[in-house]
Amino acid sequence: MPPKPPPARAARALPRSGRFLLAIGLALLAFAATFADAALRSRAEAPRIAARAELVGALGLTDLSLFTEARYTRHPSQADLHSAFQDHPLALEHFPTGSLVPPMVPGAPR
Amino acid sequence: MRTWLRRQRYLLDYSLGAMARRPGKHLALLLVYTLIVFLLASVMLFTHSLQREARLVLAESPELIVQRMVAGRHDLIPGEHLERIAGIRGVQGSYGRLWGYFYDPAVRANYTLLVPPNDAPAAGEIRIGTALARTRGLAIGDYLSLRAASGEPFAWRVAGLIASDSELVSADLVLMAEEDFRRFFAIAPGLYTDLVLNVRNPREVQTVAEKVSLALPDSRPILREEILRTYDAVFGWRQGVVFVLLAGAILAFAIFAWDRASGLSGEERREIGILKAIGWETGDVLRMKLWEGAVLSLTAFLLGYLLAYGHVFYASAALFEPVLKGWAVLYPAFNPVPFVDGLQVATLFFFTVFPYTAATLVPIWSAAITDPDSVMR
Repeated sequence: MPPKPPPARAARALPRSGRFLLAIGLALLAFAATFADAALRSRAEAPRIAARAELVGALGLTDLSLFTEARYTRHPSQADLHSAFQDHPLALEHFPTGSLVPPMVPGAPR
Repeated sequence: MRTWLRRQRYLLDYSLGAMARRPGKHLALLLVYTLIVFLLASVMLFTHSLQREARLVLAESPELIVQRMVAGRHDLIPGEHLERIAGIRGVQGSYGRLWGYFYDPAVRANYTLLVPPNDAPAAGEIRIGTALARTRGLAIGDYLSLRAASGEPFAWRVAGLIASDSELVSADLVLMAEEDFRRFFAIAPGLYTDLVLNVRNPREVQTVAEKVSLALPDSRPILREEILRTYDAVFGWRQGVVFVLLAGAILAFAIFAWDRASGLSGEERREIGILKAIGWETGDVLRMKLWEGAVLSLTAFLLGYLLAYGHVFYASAALFEPVLKGWAVLYPAFNPVPFVDGLQVATLFFFTVFPYTAATLVPIWSAAITDPDSVMR
């Protein structure tokens, strides 16, 4: 029977736990790197956010243009309280955004 | 200390070996576990980022907006009202805003038409948001034709595009001159969509709003703080809704993981019995299993979180786009700014890693304290 080839040096040097700890160590480094990345990128984005805020101030805007599907979802902060039910007194909200934007409850803090 | 470390390392070695003997079972659990962490972390990172950006960007929105309500609905407000409220003590400046919506059947999209208070385009010209330009295939110099309230077609030359960096607030905007806006919507001079008040002292805004309500009983004042709170609520609600939708999946995972962690198979019981018979102490068996749980949950947490970070901040949260978009045609192209809340991440870590690790302990302990002979039988 031919002799078994010797195992690779790295594999022989590192037991299973060593390889696992190395992998977890790398993952922890990547985890820590996300915080550094977030700090750097949010700092780099600061001028663009300031430019957006300036545009909001210059045009007198009140809302993000995230939900453009219906007029009362485009400006949630400006919509009147019954806009979701304006089509018919008993009509239920039918735009998908309606399930994402909270119902305006009169008197409750918004 | 060295002995303790070496001991832990041997235990970890043994745990990894035991897991490698049943790879299918553990890989399936790791996959589902990672997926759950990925979904939870994605929602958390995305909503927190949007919430923070909304707060920063909308901090410059008007301090106080006054809407007129007629029969419970928002109605146009006469300019004379400005004179009645401009004299309220603390009001520094005021102007009437002109804005409205237009549904364009050509692309089935809603536009927001707005007259800028300063630096408005010349009559016959418009400046538009880049999402709108993309959807309609418009460039500078092209003409946009829409049907006015009178039924007449109305054409504007695109004089400029609003910076694409600001798409999050300007995706569907059409900026135009006041006279064009009034002619297009047939709004008489002297009428406005709403009024804006600038208040000198931010602490007086509430008092000014109360005085406005007294002076104009048919009006509804909207404070900037309310606008910001609306967005906190919108994203809080969204996070809540998604978590509720995920609740079924999380519950299924919890049952799966609990069953996996707390119920010992016959093979595992026999293994514990053999370990005890060859001289392992109860504490060693517990530590070994604790390592097994920690390996699995920590790996799942790190993988899930890293994937979520990449998904939200490097792939523009592509999986959430259809949810946010709904039936909207115009959707801003934007990359969420990575604002990460350490406390939220710590909470996610605590609620994903510890329960699983702890759940493994009780059944192992009960098996480990039993007589090896009876466990092996």
